[in-house]
Amino acid sequence: MDKYLNKRKNLAYPYVVWSVGFTVIPLIVILRYALLDRTGAFTLSNILAIVDPVNLKALIFSLEIAGGCTLICILLAYPLVLALKRLNFGGRRSTIFILILPMWMNFILKLLAWQMILSSNGILNLVLSRMGIGSIDISNTYISIMIGVVYDYLPYMVLPLYDAVSAIDDDIIEAAEDLGAKKLTVFGRIIFPLSIPGLMSGITMVFVPSMTSFVTADILGGGKLQLVGNIIEQEFIQSMDWNMGAGLSVALMIFVLISMAFTVEKHEQSDRQEETAW
Amino acid sequence: MVDKLTDFISRFYVAIIAVFLYAPIAVLIVLSFNKSRSRVVWEGFTLDWYISLIHNRQIQSALMTTLALAFLSAFISLIIGTAAALGISSMKRRSHRTMMVLTNIPMLNADIVTGIALMLWMIQFMPLGFNSVLLSHITFNIPYVILAVLPKVKMMNLSIYNAGRDLGAGPLRAFFMLILPQLKDGMLSGFFMAFTMSMDDFVITYFTKGAGVNTLSTMIYGEIRKGIKPEMYALSTIIFTVVFGVLLVANGNTIGTKERKRGYE
Repeated sequence: MDKYLNKRKNLAYPYVVWSVGFTVIPLIVILRYALLDRTGAFTLSNILAIVDPVNLKALIFSLEIAGGCTLICILLAYPLVLALKRLNFGGRRSTIFILILPMWMNFILKLLAWQMILSSNGILNLVLSRMGIGSIDISNTYISIMIGVVYDYLPYMVLPLYDAVSAIDDDIIEAAEDLGAKKLTVFGRIIFPLSIPGLMSGITMVFVPSMTSFVTADILGGGKLQLVGNIIEQEFIQSMDWNMGAGLSVALMIFVLISMAFTVEKHEQSDRQEETAW
Repeated sequence: MVDKLTDFISRFYVAIIAVFLYAPIAVLIVLSFNKSRSRVVWEGFTLDWYISLIHNRQIQSALMTTLALAFLSAFISLIIGTAAALGISSMKRRSHRTMMVLTNIPMLNADIVTGIALMLWMIQFMPLGFNSVLLSHITFNIPYVILAVLPKVKMMNLSIYNAGRDLGAGPLRAFFMLILPQLKDGMLSGFFMAFTMSMDDFVITYFTKGAGVNTLSTMIYGEIRKGIKPEMYALSTIIFTVVFGVLLVANGNTIGTKERKRGYE
């Protein structure tokens, strides 16, 4: 074999250096800030501040938003993916095109547009009252924050799910149908199990960002409802208490790692199965 | 009959989701042509904001910063990430795993934590500004390139490279002419993904930029309380339209080539 091919793994070294310099060390630095108080003495109080009533309330609210957002995205994405597979207009590229294009409008501007759509004398209520339904008042509530985060992160659920579902061989589905399986059985026994890897990466890409998107909560929650991201941002920008901000960040990170460990483990199991299958 | 009904429901559902995804964008485009400075009232059609955009130095410089960041970070990530994907794929199981964990950290970590950690680290040895933001964007972009290129590396055919070497091509020439073309699709989508992520980023930029530097995102964030300048809607409409056009052409092309290929078969 070619000696250059044997040395191929050296090509990863620039990345290893980069990763240590800008991923690993920064995490050590933030941990150091988190474990020191303003005088430089060791303390755990910055990290434990996450259980203060105000912060804990924000954490629980973040979990509700993130959990709800993930669930709604899953419920919206499956029918969408199945419909896209069925209609098959233009294939994968067109689907990605439709989903990625909105990302090119600045997301803060889009949130401001949602604010205009959802406000009490906004576009939605205008349309509803024209239709004779009457108006609803959801501006500055958790409902409008939920709409915002679902809007922001739905494409991140749809894209991996679409890839997973469209990779399923049509022959398998047809075989099941020929053998008399009903649509629901086909979904439950074939499509859903085979889409789990895509679902898992969708969940990881939706859950964490929706937990911390403080701009969304700022704009659509009217500043009254706080996510854990808002609390951390305020510690840095307003209170200028970097140690406390770092402590809350580390607490958040530990929390995210615990909740993700389960998902990732599942993920790797399915990876392994794939490999042994070959 | 049942099939037609299912088709209709599918179309209807896709249309509803499309309306959901594009409604705020339509609102912003309409606002860019609105005479009124206030956001809610429609006072007639105007192109004033597009014209005054030409004279708005602040927005222009934020746009240049945003584009420079997106291009440079995507390009540098493309080089480091492609090399990394080639290297990682040839590693033994254990180091392969370690590398994938490293790659997943910036993707799994909340943006706000990544941004703060980078800021706390970089202030130790450099002033915050364009360069610190660039380093941060490269950091979160490399994983996107690796994840896009790695599957192509695993599928690539090394015999072509070996054949080229046997026929007397130098290692570099064989690499550029026989390996890279096989990775082209993955590299292209990795670059595009990285560019998009950099353009769209707010949180990490916000924490690592320091005073004086503004991207479009941070500039818009600063204007929320004072009210967004209508020129910003005009600029966003232009960017959106340009990208729409570019993607449409690129898409049309690839669909065209696919059909041509099928014709040959």
